[in-house]
Amino acid sequence: MKNFAELIRTLDSTTKTTLKVNALSEYFKEASDEDRVWTIAILSHRRPPRPVNTTLLRIWASELANIPLWLFEESYHIVGDLAETIALVVPTSNENSEKSLTQFLREMLALKKETDEFKKEYVTHNWRKLNYYERFVFTKLITGGFRIGVSQKLMTRALSKATDIDEDILAYKLMGKWDPNTISFEDLVLKESASDFLSKPYPFYLAYGIEGAVSDLGNVNDWSFEHKWDGIRSQVIIREDELFVWSRGEELVTDKYPEFHSFTAVIPNGTVLDGEILPFPDNEIGTFQDLQTRIGRKTISKALLAKTPVILKAYDILEWEGKDLRQQPFIKRRAILESLMKRLSGTELPIYLSETVSCDSWDEVASERDRAREMRSEGLMIKRKDSTYQVGRKKGDWWKWKTDPLTIDAVLTYAMRGHGRRSNLFTDYTFALWDDEEKLVTFAKAYSGLTDSEFKKVDSWIKRNTLERFGPVRSVTPELVFEIAFEGITESKRHKSGYATRFPRILRWRKDKKIAEANKLEDLKALMLT
Amino acid sequence: MHKPLLAFNENGIYCEVANVYLDPWKPVDFAIISHGHADHSRYGHKKYITHHTNVPIIKHRLGDINVSGRNYNETFTINNVKFSLHPAGHIIGSSQIRVEHRGEVWVFSGDYKLEDDGVAVPFEAVKCHSFITECTFGLPAFKWTPQKEVFSDINNWWETNREAKQTSVLFGYSLGKAQRLLKYLDTDIGKIYTHGAIENMTEVIRPMIDFPETTRITRETTKQELLGNIVLAPPSAHGSTWIRKMVPYVTASASGWMAFRGARRRRAVDRGFVLSDHCDWQELLTAVEATGAEKVICTHGYTEIFSKYLRTLGLDARTENTQYEGELNESDTKKESESVA
Ligand SMILES: [Zn+2]
Ligand SMILES: [Zn+2]
Repeated sequence: MKNFAELIRTLDSTTKTTLKVNALSEYFKEASDEDRVWTIAILSHRRPPRPVNTTLLRIWASELANIPLWLFEESYHIVGDLAETIALVVPTSNENSEKSLTQFLREMLALKKETDEFKKEYVTHNWRKLNYYERFVFTKLITGGFRIGVSQKLMTRALSKATDIDEDILAYKLMGKWDPNTISFEDLVLKESASDFLSKPYPFYLAYGIEGAVSDLGNVNDWSFEHKWDGIRSQVIIREDELFVWSRGEELVTDKYPEFHSFTAVIPNGTVLDGEILPFPDNEIGTFQDLQTRIGRKTISKALLAKTPVILKAYDILEWEGKDLRQQPFIKRRAILESLMKRLSGTELPIYLSETVSCDSWDEVASERDRAREMRSEGLMIKRKDSTYQVGRKKGDWWKWKTDPLTIDAVLTYAMRGHGRRSNLFTDYTFALWDDEEKLVTFAKAYSGLTDSEFKKVDSWIKRNTLERFGPVRSVTPELVFEIAFEGITESKRHKSGYATRFPRILRWRKDKKIAEANKLEDLKALMLT
Repeated sequence: MHKPLLAFNENGIYCEVANVYLDPWKPVDFAIISHGHADHSRYGHKKYITHHTNVPIIKHRLGDINVSGRNYNETFTINNVKFSLHPAGHIIGSSQIRVEHRGEVWVFSGDYKLEDDGVAVPFEAVKCHSFITECTFGLPAFKWTPQKEVFSDINNWWETNREAKQTSVLFGYSLGKAQRLLKYLDTDIGKIYTHGAIENMTEVIRPMIDFPETTRITRETTKQELLGNIVLAPPSAHGSTWIRKMVPYVTASASGWMAFRGARRRRAVDRGFVLSDHCDWQELLTAVEATGAEKVICTHGYTEIFSKYLRTLGLDARTENTQYEGELNESDTKKESESVA
């Protein structure tokens, strides 16, 4: 545990990628095989199920720290991370633990079945015994979610550096379902065996957003265009008469989409499709909100299936007749995909082709993008015709060109302290628009989009213009106007206005505007209809 | 009900009977100043009183002002109100201000800490009926380690960097934190270089305190001579062109905020040392108890949380808004001369 805690401390204390990769690869070289496997699991979000619920952790921590629970909660709100808060408030020790990372994780796995009393004894005993950083890591292992700026890609690079195995091969090996408690480092990383690959998806290739002018991409004829769908990026695998559906978070979600179970009967074995799962109520593409009713559910009822069925919008084929197609140019893969889709027409399978759009000039591309709302897409995908299917987010061959966001000028009405790095500033804001009776009604919360120095200015303004305090929330004098950008509008009871926006963020501080010049709720409704 | 002896108005903390302000934030006729940080000692008052060791410090910052110095525990009377200054342990020359009138005693803490840092005269608790306390770090998440351990970490860090042939750049505010760091850097490891703002301030304080030798960084200073040595710089130098000249370097920050991982990342320093000139949670509680005060008024910091907790202990505690800023966790203070620690 000492080495792992030290690793996390190092990863935590630098923003430089090279230093992170070095620290991690040094760790991989020195750690035991078991600890290596667990480290890979933790850094790829495969932590063991949470053995203790966080409510209990909060209660025990406040008891041990000898502070009332409300004070613990206030501290948590400001620190922003539960494990860090616990590590900070409980009395400290200077000891290092002799136990390995694996031992701790095995204990935690066994802990799940124990009584609350036993759990409390185990957890508080360790809190008392471990030093600050180990206590933080120990608690983090229980609560999960190590956010230390180590992406799966960075971890894979470090592992590649430590083992001399190619990065892409490692990325492939580490995907899919494996249990850190039973798999050996040899089996997971070093050895190669065919049966392991049955369920394995390929690492997703991700696009970057267009940065400059789209015409900078050069000759329009080198590129292929299709709409960018707003669903769940997924790979659908058919191998040995079995179906596997993977979402981009590398989760196996086969059971959530029974609609696709009929694929195995029609689509030949040795096929892997890349596409988007989209909601399809009333035989047309629905909204992301529709899809959300499906995402959260563990079991899918018949009623829900009937109300919100889904389809796969396929845009790429990565494996055909058992062969990896990723090194083939995109248009060749598309030709195979299109001939497969032709064979499927008339089967009524819930699978559709994501059509390419032919454009002869960048102006045509731009006007196609303008059809996004009508097409129920988020904009366009622009793929180089001869591009291979790469690993992770790479610049150059695949671009997304999203539609411009919707924007509206709104008044700041409430503020809350930020979390984590912004815990000392009021950076979480609620915004309002004018209703018919000339009252301000809230419609969105946003906490990103301003620069640090703007946040500081608004923070100090908030402290001087607080009207009322409701726990961590303050209402402020309506005076500041901000331009808010968002992706879509739906009716919602969450806000007073009766509307909610998707991905709201602050575009700019409109210092030039008075509150009377802020938009009306009507304007928001009008935007919804465009 | 009679008027309170000290009240908060738009200019600062006001004693109406004496017609005197404590650490006012707007220009007034007569100000008693707790210490030299910019949010507590501002420009533009007609007359200043402060501890005599703070006199050269605020003159350095504010120019030729009308200021007179007092000793700790020396009583001076203004319109029948008795005032005296008492050590606050925050930075050199920092005071708590005691105010007494007709048997009623108030103490304004200014900024303070309980640990004896070897530079400032250590904090002394002063009995009072009403205590105005800062609570910059008034959260149970703040718990300082003894400075001896922190300095040994800092010196180890410097030594490791020296072995890796890198220059160590350590950030701390030019008044207070910089001198505290300077006092304990181990000159067996290497030489100590200073940013101009820190060197200027240290020159003012040198006649009063014994410090290791320092070398001011000038245009003529070369990368080569800095290599392996340590540079003391104000936080505002972080990310400036001034610092880019020092490549290869490693940065660290010494501040109470470094207790939070988020703050460390936000400052984008390679290392954070948790070292504050303010009280941690337990010190605040200890100090409040030691004053014996029944009334506690909490100013800058986590005022609402701290006062709520004091109320659960049975104290009459409330908050007041001031324009004191506490220990800034930002690097982008405009001018170093305006920053506080
Ligand atoms: Zn101060
Ligand atoms: Zn202060």
